[in-house]
Amino acid sequence: MRKNLLYILIIGSGIIFLVRLLSLQVLSSDYDDQSLQNSVLREYIYPERGFIYDRNGTLIVENQATYDLMIVPRQLQQFDTLEFCKLLKINKNNLVEKVQKARSYSTRKPSVFLAQLSKSDYAVLQEKLWKYRGFYVQKRAVRKYNTASASNVLGYISEVNRFDIRKDPYYQSGELIGRQGIEKTYEKTLRGVKGVRYLQRDKFNRVIGPYQKGELDTLPTKAQDLYLTIDIALQEYGQKLLQNKRGGIVAIEPKTGEILVNVSTPTYAPDLLVGRSRSKNFNVLKNDTINRPLFDRGLQGQYPPGSPFKLVNALVALHEEAITPRFRVLCNEGHYYGRTDFMKCHCNYGTKNRLNSGIYNSCNTYFATIYRRTIDRFDDPKKGMNIWSNHIKSFGMGNYLGYDHPTGQKGFIPNSDYYDYWYPKQRWGATTSLSNSIGQGEVLTTPIQLANMVATIANRGYFYKPHFVKKIQKDSLAEKYRTPNYTTIDSIHFEPVIEGMSNVVKWGTARVARVPGVEVCGKTGTVENFTKIDGEKVQLTDHSMFVAFAPRENPKIAVAVFVENGYWGGRWAAPIASLVIEKYLTENVRRTWLENRMLNGSLLDEYQKPLSGKPFEINE
Amino acid sequence: MNNKYLLKFDWYTFLVYFALVSIGLVNVYSTGHTLEENMLSLNHTFGKQLFFALLSIGLIFFIQFPKVKIYERYSSVFYLIIIALLLGLFVFGKEVSGAQSWYSFGGFSFQPAEFAKVVTALALTKHLSEINTDLTKISDQLTSFLLIFLPALIILPQPDPGSTVVFLSFLLVLHTEKLPSQFLLSFVGLIVLFIITLLLDKTLSTAIVLVMGLVYIFGLDRKKRRKRLLSIILTIAMASAFVQSVDFVFENVFEQRHRDRFNIVLGREVDTQGIGYNINQSQIAIGSGGILGKGFLEGTQTKGNFIPEQQTDYIFTTVGEEWGFVGSVLVVILYVTLMLRILITSGRQKNSFSRIYCYSVVCLLFAHFSINLGMVLGLLPTIGIPLPYLSYGGSNLLAFSLLLGIYLKFDANRVNEW
Repeated sequence: MRKNLLYILIIGSGIIFLVRLLSLQVLSSDYDDQSLQNSVLREYIYPERGFIYDRNGTLIVENQATYDLMIVPRQLQQFDTLEFCKLLKINKNNLVEKVQKARSYSTRKPSVFLAQLSKSDYAVLQEKLWKYRGFYVQKRAVRKYNTASASNVLGYISEVNRFDIRKDPYYQSGELIGRQGIEKTYEKTLRGVKGVRYLQRDKFNRVIGPYQKGELDTLPTKAQDLYLTIDIALQEYGQKLLQNKRGGIVAIEPKTGEILVNVSTPTYAPDLLVGRSRSKNFNVLKNDTINRPLFDRGLQGQYPPGSPFKLVNALVALHEEAITPRFRVLCNEGHYYGRTDFMKCHCNYGTKNRLNSGIYNSCNTYFATIYRRTIDRFDDPKKGMNIWSNHIKSFGMGNYLGYDHPTGQKGFIPNSDYYDYWYPKQRWGATTSLSNSIGQGEVLTTPIQLANMVATIANRGYFYKPHFVKKIQKDSLAEKYRTPNYTTIDSIHFEPVIEGMSNVVKWGTARVARVPGVEVCGKTGTVENFTKIDGEKVQLTDHSMFVAFAPRENPKIAVAVFVENGYWGGRWAAPIASLVIEKYLTENVRRTWLENRMLNGSLLDEYQKPLSGKPFEINE
Repeated sequence: MNNKYLLKFDWYTFLVYFALVSIGLVNVYSTGHTLEENMLSLNHTFGKQLFFALLSIGLIFFIQFPKVKIYERYSSVFYLIIIALLLGLFVFGKEVSGAQSWYSFGGFSFQPAEFAKVVTALALTKHLSEINTDLTKISDQLTSFLLIFLPALIILPQPDPGSTVVFLSFLLVLHTEKLPSQFLLSFVGLIVLFIITLLLDKTLSTAIVLVMGLVYIFGLDRKKRRKRLLSIILTIAMASAFVQSVDFVFENVFEQRHRDRFNIVLGREVDTQGIGYNINQSQIAIGSGGILGKGFLEGTQTKGNFIPEQQTDYIFTTVGEEWGFVGSVLVVILYVTLMLRILITSGRQKNSFSRIYCYSVVCLLFAHFSINLGMVLGLLPTIGIPLPYLSYGGSNLLAFSLLLGIYLKFDANRVNEW
């Protein structure tokens, strides 16, 4: 029967279509995405980024409107390119290039033609924009800074890159993310959560209504404002004091661990990283490998701590009962700790130092002796070394401090493993690492760790983890910043050390740091340091270092100041620290002669020496 | 019509028809949905389609009244009228989107090509049902081909290649009515050769033809070989010549858009923005429907007008998107049921006219169903023909209702005196 062919054709085609439908609609899932992609438009509603205030409620960071010039290549018509280029201050090649780029992205979709026009440029452009079809202006918020300081604390925001997008699907291309500093740590708080509106669009990309009646839409969550622990006036003052010098100031309120000041110089004004010349400026800053303005010396700079480190060595020795405050050491302009090994000291021949005078004279012999007594108390120096190491680490040194800022360094506090590694065959003892006793040698600390160390001494044995944020608009501060961390040193041992620190300022190495009406306790440091020039180790002028807290009773501020290649501690660091203390505690500085000396003092010539390629003298 | 007649009326077929028309209305409503205009207005696609749907159902019942004999008797008259109308298009035709296929009066357009299918079905049926027609005779073959290809060739340059292709489906009717199998076989063979040549290249295809021919020759026993050798060699020679001509035809006779359509389906080109846009968008719409679909008026692709010609040729994409696999399968099953039902009832017809008419109806429906769905689902090159009963378009709906109405009349009348 020929009719059967018709049956076969009908049933056969029916089956083919059913199979095809099954594969298209049931088995394949690609088409859902494709459908959403070409018919649903996601429109984001961004909450305004949170403001940043200082500890006294001064507004430091807010937002300002900038204007992006957008282009829809398809809508372009002939226009007066000469006038247009003049308006935007670009040349014609640039214009052609940008139009090509936009066209290669999409002819129908808008893309950014010129980002972040300033208000004045926009004002001129706006009046003539009607002449240029296909161009329109989109408002966008960027950061506005009310200070030229604290850029190292605040950090900056920038457009997300593809790694950010891959890491956190929240972000879409073109959005902003906190890239550094507080902006990064508190990104989610400052950012809020964007809202999404799903819109149905047609084949011409026109929006024709809500998608699924708006059931999937979400409202934006408001961003929160931040109150920093920074005192912005003090921060600006500190930055001024450090001008023309490389160095840092870190000040902490001991009672709370709040960081009052974190200055690092050379630095940059935060508004350099906003606006049209952002990437140009950023490259200049990044490529300046001599001054390294993007390097936060307060948090990232690892230096030998120098004499301030003697304070903790004294505390460890006292706690381990290696000495008592009455213990006495004879210094003959230094001492021999081996047959030919001599450690120099600036004490006069025949000086006898106890703990108190050992601190205020900063006697190397005294601290070398008590260090040896601490380490070598046991038959095995490993045991002594590890006990010492753990005590030091309990001050927050040798590891990240855990503050709320993304940059930082660990510093280094050695333990017995370290010396076993370097001296595997021979017996090593306290004399092997004797430089540690005076803060040279293997130990490395960052200025913020030193500031935290002083704050701990000021608190007589505990510290709050330093942090930059005092208050968040709605959320509460992380628990770790509200619980004290105790050191392994008994609090009873702190008073003799503090007495010594007080005398440092009264009649010791830092008499210049005396603040009228305030009892300042401090310790100077003069840190030997080296660099390599053409592969050769060369000693540079010492770093000037000073740590202090004040007042002695009920301390309000703990400071660590260091000035690179500034020579002895009392020369730069101690005056600067005392000025910061004076400014913070009494609000106006009466020692204007000292202030002027610091403001006008410059070390730029000193920094040129190793770069000049000529032989040079140090410690002049 | 009396009660007896109503009982004999094939209500099942009518119900399937009614279901398809209703589904068509729902989906035309969805594609044309706007809030600004009154959907029932005759200026609106849905309003018009509703009007024609009611008219079509009225027409089906109206057809049941006249004597059954008139369709046979006047079929040649109808045929001449429609040929005249088709020719008249060259003079009076209104051009809509590049094709001069419409007569226009008032707000309505009338497309004679759709009715030509019905009339040709009647004329062909009449010719085949005559007692002395024998399709093995060359004269009858020629008459049949003339009846089929006369309207088809008039329609072709309008241009309306889709409708022309539909007329080829009458070959199946002829085949069912004892046209020698060589015709269908060589027709299918030519299509297969054409595609193979496009996919491979002509030397390789020629080689395949020769090898198959030789294998066939040596497969036969000696007696048969001697008898058929000449015809086989002739066939091989013609096939080889055809293969050689394929490239020439494809490159020079076909227009670029035809080439593009072939290239897309054969996978020789991938282009989702330009020539492949239609097929890509229709697959996205259908594919994104999933199992249960996005729901009535919720199809994002439909709302966004992403698919060109969606309410006419691509109406099935709305079904696929908004009603999903379930809805799509329902439509396919309804179609298959309709065609099988007519085919089965052809067996109970008492005279050859109504039996052959059944075949004609089935073949026309099958051509539309398979070509349209094949195109929408991306299995065949794009050929613009509507899906009967579902697609928007008054002439098509009326013509196919007329086609089915006449069938229903014949079927209900099967036991009556002829």
